[in-house]
Amino acid sequence: MESKISISNLNFFYGKAQALFDITLEIPERQVVAFIGPSGCGKSTFLRTLNRMNDTIPIADVSGTVEIDGENIYAPGTDVVALRRKVGMVFQKSNPFPKSIFDNVAYGIRINGIHNSKADLNERVEKALRDSALWEEVKDRLNTSALGLSGGQQQRLCIARALAVQPEVILMDEPASALDPIATQKIEELVVQLKRRYTIVIVTHNMQQAARVSDRTAFFMLGKLIEYNATQKMFTNPDEKLTEDYITGRFG
Amino acid sequence: MTALTSACAVFATVILLLIISYIAIQGITSLNFQFLIDTPKPVGEGGGIGNAIVGSAMMTALAVLIGLPVGIAAGVYLAEYGKNWFGNIVRFVADTLIGIPSIIIGIFIYTLVVMPMGRQSGLAGGLALAIIMLPIVARTTEEMIRLVPNSMREGALALGAPQWRVSWNIVLPAAASGIATGAMLAMARITGETAPLLFTALNSRFYNFYYDQPMSSLTVQIFNYATGPFEVEHAMAWAATLILVGIILMINILVRFLTRKKF
Repeated sequence: MESKISISNLNFFYGKAQALFDITLEIPERQVVAFIGPSGCGKSTFLRTLNRMNDTIPIADVSGTVEIDGENIYAPGTDVVALRRKVGMVFQKSNPFPKSIFDNVAYGIRINGIHNSKADLNERVEKALRDSALWEEVKDRLNTSALGLSGGQQQRLCIARALAVQPEVILMDEPASALDPIATQKIEELVVQLKRRYTIVIVTHNMQQAARVSDRTAFFMLGKLIEYNATQKMFTNPDEKLTEDYITGRFG
Repeated sequence: MTALTSACAVFATVILLLIISYIAIQGITSLNFQFLIDTPKPVGEGGGIGNAIVGSAMMTALAVLIGLPVGIAAGVYLAEYGKNWFGNIVRFVADTLIGIPSIIIGIFIYTLVVMPMGRQSGLAGGLALAIIMLPIVARTTEEMIRLVPNSMREGALALGAPQWRVSWNIVLPAAASGIATGAMLAMARITGETAPLLFTALNSRFYNFYYDQPMSSLTVQIFNYATGPFEVEHAMAWAATLILVGIILMINILVRFLTRKKF
């Protein structure tokens, strides 16, 4: 299996406090990798190192390398804007812009100048909405406010917005944690659909969700990677005692 | 407790209504179309505030033209990039500037603009008003931008938007109605300023459409009419006050209408 992202010896600091310890991990192309672990274990922090979202925190400091397609994204002179276009992100709390549904999806296309005509823009927006299984629900009200959508629809809109800029990797930070079971199911189905074309990394608190959607699972605790294995193995016969304790609900 | 707070709310509203209705009663009698277009004349020959309305509009426009963009840009800087020592200095200076009595701003512009030019002018008046407006706009803009949730910035950054585009087409529009309210308050404030115009724009008895000449304004004209010895002048001061309050009220309503939430 071809490796899309390869992380080696990654350490992460918030000021003097170390949040991630010496993490080494390979993320294969067109698979879903789930990050699990108790709150505060660093899984979200780790996710955010993959598109350099932590750059917005002034006191953050990173050592080690994260290579995407063989290029270290922490090398000096890296184009962070281009990186984030390649590595899209969906957040825990849906965060649509206070604009129309259409303009939300079109935002990334417009700022990156991906489209070459108005018709092309419309086409791309429609495709992104279809790919996120939202088109049928919103096609008649593209010009109404995105804030009028339900929570689950808003989250799928955020996925559509990320898909519209044609990323290769999609990072999802607990994308369904604020949604009801039906909306969650839709997101999960979507994740399984999307992995045919994208490499997906998903942080989740929900163990069943990790088991349902992912091919591989990484278990974190206190900033350390405890175990990284095929999901099947992880949930039936983990190598580490700590993983087993966590998965069976003995702590966390 | 509810009774007490609502009583206070009623009190605050009643004060405004009392002021407006008193001004309306006093001012309405001398108000007519001729009054709105005439220039001041010797006592007994009528006269009006046409040139004062034009002067006020021109100087306010100049102040808004300078104070609004600079103030908003400064506010964006303070909120988005100003978490450092320089930002703290700017914030402190702006707060101090807001607290400085407006007549001192007038003296400042007198020394800086009027003395070198050799005469009072609409330009000097407009600049004085711009200086008063600037820190108010900057600070309200900053406050409003801080209210925009960080998740929205992250959403845009994650799509590959450079920082300046995030500020420009996500954060600013999201804060627009709040910023507009601040701008409106600042504009209403400068429209009602008298002291900074006394040294800078002085006054004029004629229509003046040139910024390099002394310029009349509603507030200074009201001051002149009100301090005159004759009853007719007092009546005209009331009428001019009614117009001034009406204009400020209209600015308020207009901006509220223009910035009502669309999304």
